[in-house]
Amino acid sequence: MSRGPLSRRTLLTSVAASGVAASGLAQTVGTALAQTNITVGILYVGPRDDFGYNQAHAVGAAELKKVPGVKVVEEENVPETIAVQRSMESMINLDGARLILATSFGYFDPHMLAMAAKYPRVEFRHAVGLWDQAKHPQNAGSYFGYLDQAHYVNGIAAGLVSKTKKIGFIAAKPIPSVLRNINAVLLGARKNMPDATVQVVFTGDWSLPVREAEATNALIAAGCDVITCHVDSPKVVVETAERRGVMTLGHNASQASLAPRGFVTGAEYKWETIYKGFADNLAKSQKLPNWVRGGYDLDYVRNTAYGAAATDGVRRACDTAIAELKRGAPIFVGPIKDNRGNTVIPATLDNYAPPLEGINYLVEGVIGSIT
Amino acid sequence: MAVAADLTHRLRQGAEYTLIPLGALVVSAALFSVFLLGLGKSPQQFFELMWRGGFGTAFSWQNTLQRAAPLVLTALCVAIPARIGLVIIGGEGALVLGGFAAAAIAIPMIGPVAAGSLPVALMLGVMALAAALAGALWIGFAGWLRHARGVNETISSLLLTYIAIAILYFFVEGALRDPGSLNKPSTPPIGAGAMLQPIPGTDIHWGLAAGALLAVLLHLLMTRTTFGFAMRVTGGNPRAARAQGLPVGGLLVAATMIAGASAGLAGFFEVAAVHGNANASLVAGYGFTGILVSFLARHNPIAILPVAILFGGIAAAGGLIQRRMGLPDATVLLLQGVIFVVLLASETLYGRIAWLQPKRSGAP
Repeated sequence: MSRGPLSRRTLLTSVAASGVAASGLAQTVGTALAQTNITVGILYVGPRDDFGYNQAHAVGAAELKKVPGVKVVEEENVPETIAVQRSMESMINLDGARLILATSFGYFDPHMLAMAAKYPRVEFRHAVGLWDQAKHPQNAGSYFGYLDQAHYVNGIAAGLVSKTKKIGFIAAKPIPSVLRNINAVLLGARKNMPDATVQVVFTGDWSLPVREAEATNALIAAGCDVITCHVDSPKVVVETAERRGVMTLGHNASQASLAPRGFVTGAEYKWETIYKGFADNLAKSQKLPNWVRGGYDLDYVRNTAYGAAATDGVRRACDTAIAELKRGAPIFVGPIKDNRGNTVIPATLDNYAPPLEGINYLVEGVIGSIT
Repeated sequence: MAVAADLTHRLRQGAEYTLIPLGALVVSAALFSVFLLGLGKSPQQFFELMWRGGFGTAFSWQNTLQRAAPLVLTALCVAIPARIGLVIIGGEGALVLGGFAAAAIAIPMIGPVAAGSLPVALMLGVMALAAALAGALWIGFAGWLRHARGVNETISSLLLTYIAIAILYFFVEGALRDPGSLNKPSTPPIGAGAMLQPIPGTDIHWGLAAGALLAVLLHLLMTRTTFGFAMRVTGGNPRAARAQGLPVGGLLVAATMIAGASAGLAGFFEVAAVHGNANASLVAGYGFTGILVSFLARHNPIAILPVAILFGGIAAAGGLIQRRMGLPDATVLLLQGVIFVVLLASETLYGRIAWLQPKRSGAP
């Protein structure tokens, strides 16, 4: 397994870049933008109201629209085909977009890269870190929120509310970003419940509603009383769990409205922080940072407002955990073994440590296999 | 005199096949306008944007043609078996498997091509052959099942699609995964230098030209050869065809293999001209839209070209309509659905409009 797209150098530039973005935000965004007119084009791979990944971006876009002087043009259900390139081009040629936000993983290579080469005066940014300074156009870049930090808070909550000490996790594919979230939930839960387990079911794809419902039912039958997931849209999982009377933890966007009784909290992106930062850079004619990434420390992720199933104790513990994450408290405290007994993290890792980008294991306490 | 009568006969028949679909389009537009008015949106703005986004400028034409390119090939996958009486809806699977085969067979050649010891054209040729063969075997299998085991080809080709997608995922996430593709498992990229270049002066890839050429060739095959004649006879009445001594089974399998090869080629172009590798993005629904295109073209290979361009244009304009009118993406799907239903309903008009019926002069 290669070490992932992160090297120490890109990490350092990214930290510097995110600092720039954050400081830009601190200044008054609105006044700087009032005189200018900036069009931002956003592409989504699915519907904007999917209660999941696309909705999270659409929420960010809606916040961006409120900034004076910014016009947002959106296109949903853009498949990861040549359609991506043509939609971007159409936004640039017909709407005058100066910044293109490509929100789906598969938009980057070859589509966004081709368009960035063709339109050097337009800025392109891609959600999920794939941009490499050595290889890719300078008017392109990546931005990313580290959702495992919010999933860790989910885990803290789960460790306090679970009676059976079993947490169910419905996951799409055994790829690093998903495995990292699963591991974070387990580590959070074990903070207060050292014998908690997380049981994982991989469905095999990002959106398989029937299989997600089956997996949810199977995990509940196996004794899990808290359910969470990492699939594109957690709607089916959360609704199924609510109907079965178990508690739920969200993912991507807010699913609180789907589970009025069992919702505890959820891991959510806060893309508007990044989007407003970009718009601010454009308004001030500053170079947009190529690499923006962060978690709670930069206000790029959040936890959904507590639901009915979150007790006062849970709320206090989660608030404390969030405050610690904002100060940079590590999640992956070494030594950590995987669930086959091998030591995978000998010493504590920082929350942005490059080895975490290539996680290919489930930590001890997670029941499941990636092969 | 006989020649002139024959000409008016042909003209009138041709007019019927042009005027009825065009009329159906006008009716669909009218019905859809009512829907838009109900939503409080302007139909005029909608159709202006549709024109502008799909056909109004050189850029929109490129956009339209690019989106039409895979549809021509996947529509042919439906049209050719339809001539022999089979309803094949598994073009998506043939496309996915074709694309996968092209990417997989390229893997050992990527290094030599990058080093210059193997010509790019050779690799692309082998990839195209592999894609066509994989598609041909896949859909041909559905044809063989029909002939030899009596399995309904519509169901089997659809189910084979899901198996094809599973095969793609199995290899792409396992043995053939590029270790560099961390969060989106893919096969190794064939390299920018090895990609199929667009048609000079445009952004359009050669898949469109290939589709157009194949459509013409298959049209000639169906109308000008004994092979095509035998296929049409079989499509008309398989038992009569068998009684005449036609090799019905062989024809069924041949038709499905040609169909599969066509969809497989669409997969090749996706890999060689668009993506550069095979991954989950291959599963984009082109195979299913192709079914619609073929039915609307009445399974006529030549008519597939304008219908595919119409669908490409609708898709190309869809984005602009979303952005300018604040309508959801489903609006465009709805328009497609209305067109489909109205065109199917218009089928009943053929032969019933007296003005379009040639007089049967010269009958003995």
